Amino acid sequence: MRYLPHTDEEIAAMLAMIGRSSLDELFCSIPDDCRYQGEMPLPEVLSEWQLEEHFTDLGQAMAVGDRHKVLIGAGSAHHFIPESIRALLSRSEFLTAYTPYQPEIAQGTLQGIYEYQTLTARLLGMDVANASMYDGASALAEALLMALRIGRKKTRVAVAGSIHPHYRQVVRTYLGPAGYEVVELPVGPDGRCDLSALGALTELAAVAVQSPNFFGVIEDLELLGQQIHQSGALFIVSFSEPLAFGLLKNPGECGADIACGEGQSFGMPRSFGGAALGMFACREQFVRNMPGRLVGETLDREGRRGFVLTLATREQHIRREKATSNICSNQGICALTAAMYMASLGGSGLRRLARLNYDKARYCQDRLGQVGGKTLWNSPVFNEFVIEFPGRDFRPARQRLLAAGIVAGLELGRFYPEHAGRYLFGITETVDRAVIDRVAEEVEK
Amino acid sequence: MKAFSELIFREDLRYTEDHEWVSSAAEHLQVGVSDYAQDQMGDIVFVELPDEGAVFAKGDQFGTLESVKAVSELYLPIGGEIIAVNTALSDSPELINADPYGTWLVRIKPTDPGEIEKLLTVDAYRQMLQG
Repeated sequence: MRYLPHTDEEIAAMLAMIGRSSLDELFCSIPDDCRYQGEMPLPEVLSEWQLEEHFTDLGQAMAVGDRHKVLIGAGSAHHFIPESIRALLSRSEFLTAYTPYQPEIAQGTLQGIYEYQTLTARLLGMDVANASMYDGASALAEALLMALRIGRKKTRVAVAGSIHPHYRQVVRTYLGPAGYEVVELPVGPDGRCDLSALGALTELAAVAVQSPNFFGVIEDLELLGQQIHQSGALFIVSFSEPLAFGLLKNPGECGADIACGEGQSFGMPRSFGGAALGMFACREQFVRNMPGRLVGETLDREGRRGFVLTLATREQHIRREKATSNICSNQGICALTAAMYMASLGGSGLRRLARLNYDKARYCQDRLGQVGGKTLWNSPVFNEFVIEFPGRDFRPARQRLLAAGIVAGLELGRFYPEHAGRYLFGITETVDRAVIDRVAEEVEK
Repeated sequence: MKAFSELIFREDLRYTEDHEWVSSAAEHLQVGVSDYAQDQMGDIVFVELPDEGAVFAKGDQFGTLESVKAVSELYLPIGGEIIAVNTALSDSPELINADPYGTWLVRIKPTDPGEIEKLLTVDAYRQMLQG
């Protein structure tokens, strides 16, 4: 299907057919004071090459891409994307965000989703994964709504204050108008989630924790899970860096009931904040309350392997306002990208890459430590950490580095006023020793 | 789907407009779904029931029935407390298709036992189905 606007001739023909002389006359039933008066303030039409130049300029105004080394993750990590993924994704059959309305006709699409679900469930150590949600933030909000459905009459959930600030904001947007209470749990003196308030909270449907958390700190998920389960709530593990599970115990091993988070690390570029991928998985006993679509494997009447949408009876197009979610779509192309990425690396590749991230981040911490940098907290971290430079203003060094194409850390004051002047660094495989050394040298100047 | 003449009715039960049946026995009532309901839904694959001890008002949703093509809500015909749920249905939801009147979903202790008289008689239910 092509989405081209109508020509003047076509519009004239349609107006003639219905007996109207102009578009204004067609829309005359809309009161004047509800209509925009005058010409729309749009820029002049550009030629194709002018437009391309305009967008290239816009793109280069941002400190991302090949011209910059980005030492920030904070929910959108700069990872290397293997060329094989770009080549595979260039196939036009993949370029739709949707499962078709008669899904079983598109066996390739369904198999792609099925493979993604299988790899996601294995990575997260969960029984079942859905076809994906929009992003890590909406996945967390959907996980909390799911827990509230399971909790039946419970109307309260708790989220760790160390969860990505954007995720918590989306949670409030989703849950607030629905009349649910969202309690925020404080960050403890070790940079980890502090559950001491849990005992006083009754009727909790779920507690959500992120690991590694927004500060890069690895939470003690097993211990948290036990305490959360003791309170009678479901245990939700959120994440913004799935690569960590190449090295760390996954949410399933730590007792999570629902695991959800951002999958951008797996082969997706950072394009002004998107496209993103919401990974979502749960224990099998909760599958009927899981939002989104689910592809299953079956046999056809001749005994051949095939793929179908399963549990679609609980989706919005059938169950309307009683559906498990008002999302009955998925991030098709992004889920497929993640599946390709996970399959390309395999289990051992994922582990090696995670180790490389871990080692480089340790080198950066040590190197900055040598020039007066002090890592906040002694808690374990993966590829991100928070650092401060006592007695030193880091801002001039950061400006010099930016001019040299190095984006050194995210100042935390805008998210956590108590952490103003502290910087969240994210170090992936794309950052080499010379870049880290350069940052240390600038700090020393 | 069955023709009207093929549908099974039980004379000794009361019915609701939502196609549930109620039978009274001693202190409690049993609630199930009619032959018409199971026939319309097709193969039932999952039954979601409340916890024992839960209290509902008349008309409250107390669970869902899921077939291969739809999910339907179950509404309580009479207000009261759930004193038992049919646990056999979690493993064998198809019992409802096989024997709709022999397969109860929940047993309730009614708040007002007199309410049963307000439910449809078998004749009224037949009439309703015939429109």
